[in-house]
Amino acid sequence: MDAPAGIKAEPTQARLAREYKHTSPLLGCRVDPSGKCVFAGAQDNRVLRWELETGKKTALSGHKSWVRGLAFAGKYLLSGDYHGRLLWWPLDAGDGAPEPARNIEAHAGALQALAVSPNGQLVTTGGNDGVVRLWSVADGTLVHELPGHEEPVWNVAFHPDGKQLVSADHKGVVKVWDVAGGKARRDLDASALYKYDTKFRAAGGGVRSLVFSADGSRLLAAGAINWTNTLGGICNPGAVLFDWASGKQVQLLLAKEAFTGPMWGAAWHSAGFWVGTGLGPAVAGGGGALWFWKGDQGPAFHTVKLPQGGRDLSLLPDGLRLAVAHADGAVRLYDLAAKAAMP
Amino acid sequence: MTHSSCCPSHEHRRSRRRFLAGVSAGTLGVLGFRSLAAPAVAAQLAGAQKRVLLVWLSGALSQLESWDPKPGAETGGPYRAIPTMVPGLHISELLPHTARQAHRLAVLRSASTGVADHVLGRTLMQTGRRLDPAQSYPHLGPALFHALGHPRESPLPGHVHMLTGDFGDAGREVAFLGPERAALVLPEGKPPANLHRPGDISAQADQQRRELRDRLDNQFRQKRPGVADTKAYALSFDQAAQLMQQRQLFDTDGEPTRSRDRYGSTDFGRQCLLARRLLERGVTFVEVTHANYDSHTDNFEFHRQKLGEFDQPFAALIDDLHQRGLLASTLVVVMSEFGRTPKINLALGRDHWAAAWSLVAAGCGLRGGVVLGKTNADGTAVTERPVSAGQLFHTWFRALGLNPTENYRVNERPIPVADPNATAIQEILA
Repeated sequence: MDAPAGIKAEPTQARLAREYKHTSPLLGCRVDPSGKCVFAGAQDNRVLRWELETGKKTALSGHKSWVRGLAFAGKYLLSGDYHGRLLWWPLDAGDGAPEPARNIEAHAGALQALAVSPNGQLVTTGGNDGVVRLWSVADGTLVHELPGHEEPVWNVAFHPDGKQLVSADHKGVVKVWDVAGGKARRDLDASALYKYDTKFRAAGGGVRSLVFSADGSRLLAAGAINWTNTLGGICNPGAVLFDWASGKQVQLLLAKEAFTGPMWGAAWHSAGFWVGTGLGPAVAGGGGALWFWKGDQGPAFHTVKLPQGGRDLSLLPDGLRLAVAHADGAVRLYDLAAKAAMP
Repeated sequence: MTHSSCCPSHEHRRSRRRFLAGVSAGTLGVLGFRSLAAPAVAAQLAGAQKRVLLVWLSGALSQLESWDPKPGAETGGPYRAIPTMVPGLHISELLPHTARQAHRLAVLRSASTGVADHVLGRTLMQTGRRLDPAQSYPHLGPALFHALGHPRESPLPGHVHMLTGDFGDAGREVAFLGPERAALVLPEGKPPANLHRPGDISAQADQQRRELRDRLDNQFRQKRPGVADTKAYALSFDQAAQLMQQRQLFDTDGEPTRSRDRYGSTDFGRQCLLARRLLERGVTFVEVTHANYDSHTDNFEFHRQKLGEFDQPFAALIDDLHQRGLLASTLVVVMSEFGRTPKINLALGRDHWAAAWSLVAAGCGLRGGVVLGKTNADGTAVTERPVSAGQLFHTWFRALGLNPTENYRVNERPIPVADPNATAIQEILA
């Protein structure tokens, strides 16, 4: 869905437009392809659905652990939880709360992320067992099992051509897989997002968002850099931008102003910019931000301070609004165009 | 400061200085590592001596991701609880190997200690008393080393601390018990440095150097009767000489591959394996610090990492001690300074919490497969059988057959071994 003619997204116009509240912190969010609803995964094991127009909230119960990964596949919303379960929710169940149409054990341990292929026929999942799996959306059968990571898999994404997918782990190893054959093709290096903290004996890392540009020429792996105290969350937001053809890093996207904490969510906007969100630890004052980067340029060209930390984001189909899942339990909607121009 | 002391055990009266000095080269030859490592000999040792293993989970383990999981509660976090060898007892899914040793563990879910500062909390849990500016008390290592003594035939120190991270006690832990009760600290659990005699010093020259030093020590002491205390000074040289002869003990690469595999490839795994070798060899008190659990952010990821390191080697160590007949005479305690907040903060962390937390113990003098105490549904408070640090301190002494109501005598002044206002936790004593 394109923006109405003559209306253009302008990050410098970004501002809070509306909020939808829940009682439990949120971990992920996705706006449905129609742009009418936003879905969020929560720490109370629920999937929340809000109608954007009316604000009506519906809680979907079926998970038994935290829900982070969400993706749409035709008439279903798919969601994954930290017990390794993958659930199918029918989107055509009317106003009431749907029951899961399918519930499978996808991973031993947490299912951290999932993504649906461009044609909607396959879903890929990654989890703490270090395995990437490819499933049929139609019947939930396993299509391919893709072992190879030596660390928990934090994120997965399909290339827009649908022929390749990527998975990224805690150490910043990004693996490229051939979808048809289920074979590993190459590795990309996002280890800038990882550091073993020799003082506190813990490893800070994790590719917290993994996004392609619409034309598939760029891949963004977002997380944190400059870890100085892993256990205290003292780090800075950062994202490694890859040239897809060569697999080389073309840029490290950084916050413009000082910010302590990782980047958790990112998206590519068709107007030619990246947007990311993150949150800071309490010891550093908490808080959250939105950052905007133009194409391959390194430092953010615009920052919006958020009322709370952001853990994920999702653009509306018209590109004029952005939904952010916040750590305080709210989904907040941010306008990206001048007030007078908004439809 | 020198002191005289009076403890219930006759064993402690052995002079460690005398014992170290009395070990001859011939004795060392007979008591080589291979012979003492054999299970049969270990079993003989088990009957003759009691030992302690303290696993210190530095920074404060989350009870909700370990011994007292609350799946489904708002505070419960994302992980599952899994069944154990003890019917009805569930622990976190992050501890699958330990779950298979649960019948050997006493799980205490009702620690309520009130101090949520790292340094003060460590002092409290190690001494059974809050920090007293007017009086320092010995930590568990020196206190139990002092009380249990050390076998005459052991060529090793009585107190070894494998220290990882920055949270050691820097020698404060001995209080009035004197430096000879201090730990031989192995940073990172690595072997002591310079275990080999320099190539340009012959064995004969080395012996002559030692004899010269002994003569000078004696002259110094004789000229200052009743004043000179060279014991700790001489002990450090004796200990170094003994360690040089025992260097093979620290080489865990010499352990059979199958045995090493059971402990895994992590530093903590290697340290647990070395702990077993030290305990087998008769070291009275071994502390292994595993760092760091102070997860104010990303608590669930960091506990996945740290308990992933802890679980397999700890379970292997418990199993090995049992298989070798040593567990019944070895007290094992796994604890931290305090616990972590049930409330999950906005950065997915848990902060400091001392009101309701958990620890485990096993082995000598304790019942296995028991659970003591309860917390409420969200884990914020103890609802059944709260236990204090003082009670725990008494319990460790009682489990070892020691009387914690005795007094030290420091310059003729009586100082209670344990907090006189506390008593042992009878329910977990065998």
